[in-house]
Amino acid sequence: MLKFLARRLGIMVLTMFCLSLVVFFFVNLEPNLKRLAIFQTQQRASEQDIENWLTRNGYRDNFFVRYGRWIGVVKQQPVVDPETGAVVPRFRFCDEPAVPAYNGILQGNFGCSTAFKTKVSNRLPQGLRATGLLMFWVMLTMVPTALVIGVLAGMREGSRLDRGLSILSITSTATPEYVSGIIFSVVFATWLKVLNGSAATATSEGITFYNFTLPVMTLAIYGVGYIARMTRASMAEVMSSQYIRTARLKGLSFRQVVMKHALRNALIAPFTVIMLQFPWLLSGVVVVEAIFRYQGFGFLLVSAASNNDIDLLLACGLVSVAVVLLTQLISDIGYAWLNPRIRMS
Amino acid sequence: MLQNVGFMGIFLGILGRFWPVWLALVVLLTLSFVFRRRLGLYGHLISSGVGIAGVIIVGFWLFTALFAGIVAPFGPLEQIVVMKHALPGSIEPATGIPYYLGGDKLARDVFSRMIYGSRIVLAIAPAATAISLMVGSLLGLPAGYFGGRIDALLSFVANLVLAFPVILLFYLLVTPGIMDTPVPYAMAGFFFIFPILFLCALFYTGYSKQKVKLITLLGLTLIIGGYIYMGLVFDRDPLNIIHIEPNELNIFVAVAFASSPGVFRIVRGLTLDIKTREYINAALTRGEHPWYIMLWEILPNARGPLIVDTCLRIGYTTILLGTLGFFGLGMSSESPDWGTAIKDGSQFLRLYAWPALVPAIALMSFVLGLNLLADSLREQSLRD
Repeated sequence: MLKFLARRLGIMVLTMFCLSLVVFFFVNLEPNLKRLAIFQTQQRASEQDIENWLTRNGYRDNFFVRYGRWIGVVKQQPVVDPETGAVVPRFRFCDEPAVPAYNGILQGNFGCSTAFKTKVSNRLPQGLRATGLLMFWVMLTMVPTALVIGVLAGMREGSRLDRGLSILSITSTATPEYVSGIIFSVVFATWLKVLNGSAATATSEGITFYNFTLPVMTLAIYGVGYIARMTRASMAEVMSSQYIRTARLKGLSFRQVVMKHALRNALIAPFTVIMLQFPWLLSGVVVVEAIFRYQGFGFLLVSAASNNDIDLLLACGLVSVAVVLLTQLISDIGYAWLNPRIRMS
Repeated sequence: MLQNVGFMGIFLGILGRFWPVWLALVVLLTLSFVFRRRLGLYGHLISSGVGIAGVIIVGFWLFTALFAGIVAPFGPLEQIVVMKHALPGSIEPATGIPYYLGGDKLARDVFSRMIYGSRIVLAIAPAATAISLMVGSLLGLPAGYFGGRIDALLSFVANLVLAFPVILLFYLLVTPGIMDTPVPYAMAGFFFIFPILFLCALFYTGYSKQKVKLITLLGLTLIIGGYIYMGLVFDRDPLNIIHIEPNELNIFVAVAFASSPGVFRIVRGLTLDIKTREYINAALTRGEHPWYIMLWEILPNARGPLIVDTCLRIGYTTILLGTLGFFGLGMSSESPDWGTAIKDGSQFLRLYAWPALVPAIALMSFVLGLNLLADSLREQSLRD
């Protein structure tokens, strides 16, 4: 088990390294840097001014040196004004150390957001907390619903209940968030007027049933179908196995067989699926936060990308990749732990 | 005040507009039923309720995209100022034809735009899926068959791509700025070479004994494939027939990139399973080339799950395209594709629901049709 763990961790760190390189490369593409420089030098700068700005702020250094600075394994040099010789920070709304120092992700410095005019570390935790709250409620509603639907459908394969629930889950997997979000807001907010079509108040005044139900519902619906189908397949397989037949033959009631014998084994496979839902939830969060104007992580990512906010986009990319990899690791470990056959080998 | 045809008018009017689609569907279904016994898997498919529902929905959108010019009463970009935010069923004064599903914020016909949008979706989604299918197969087969280092490397790369949340991937890959860099063209160059490689490998291993056939097929593949490749990747088609807008190329490549690792995983898994079978051993004993075994023994025998996956994947690609449109990435802002239309409509959603609702339901129904098709295909292949 320990060897397995170490191996998985090693692969994860390597993956993380490669992905952060890729993110860093794409965010720092030439057109993005140009746009940043134009924006920072007040629009009317000449080609030479832009070039000067980029060189002075270290954007023209070697790619790997800059990557190292961002990560925090290469010392960051203070920016010196060539005319006065005084030390000036890269952006006037963030202070930077005046002496060369390691100052990167590893030291907890995520850089400076040009869109929000503050340090990234001032905005990111707030956004993550808001999204974490959303995810928590989504998981709390999605997982039990999906498991119940899946177990009910897989209990008696081919029954009318199974057919009905299967069609329902297929429909839900065919409905991406931007579709269900639109349909739900029209039905519940415009026609029935029972729910708020915007979660903007959730950020300022705290969440209520009125402003938070629609985002949670929209996010949950796509995943419900998927997890339910996995649970159904797993349940159906377990129900047709030998030991269930034995249990039935020895005279246990159907209810007892399902609750005591089938359920535990049937829930191993869905566990992995649930954990692997996180990467996809992360994409869903971005859509839902855009539709319902909720200010969480997705909102940060969209603002960063549309405002060419390099440091914030880097941080968002890193966080989302880290979340995905962590959930993959947990899913692997959990699967091995739940399933004795895998633990042994 | 605009005149309105009322609910029944809208309903019957829309039914009437779709006449070529209904006609084509009736022909398709009649032919399918008559020749049911000779059509193999497809014949089984249309004898189940779910399967026939899937065929009808997918067929409906296919024919709608084909006959878009006849079905849609107005052009996708045609603006008639009085019809701004018009109610569904409002009659356009000049022509007397109603805006069946209302007008949007730029006074365009929502119904016609939805019809033309299907063209974009049905052009890009299946093509991108086909490319990712070839990339996934051509990489997944050796990974599963040889195992070892190749497998470790390819699987690692596939997992890298899969670890990206799709949205982040799109925000990094599909931006206006990236068109100034060689990145999308390099990616297009990489992805579009795979169909040519695939066909060449297929013919080379399959017809190595029939020299004449081999040379003709290889020659045709290289000439036609190379011609299309020049047009698509370098935009250097000498006759200017093959041409793709840079932003469309960008979208296409991003979508193919996002869905290739999924195909890779499935093909790899299937290969691992199939290579232990008896007929593979038989081929090995005959002394066949590994690529012959992969392309002519393993791949045909993996077709069942692959067809199911392809159906689901076209649906998934449609969802991805919608996501791109919804975030205004890649597509031009006037494009009638469903994602962009949903984005535009959601601006005034609380006041005017129809501009967003119509494309949303269209997208959902198309994906639903594909999923139903996949579900019943899976059931049929399990039964065999």
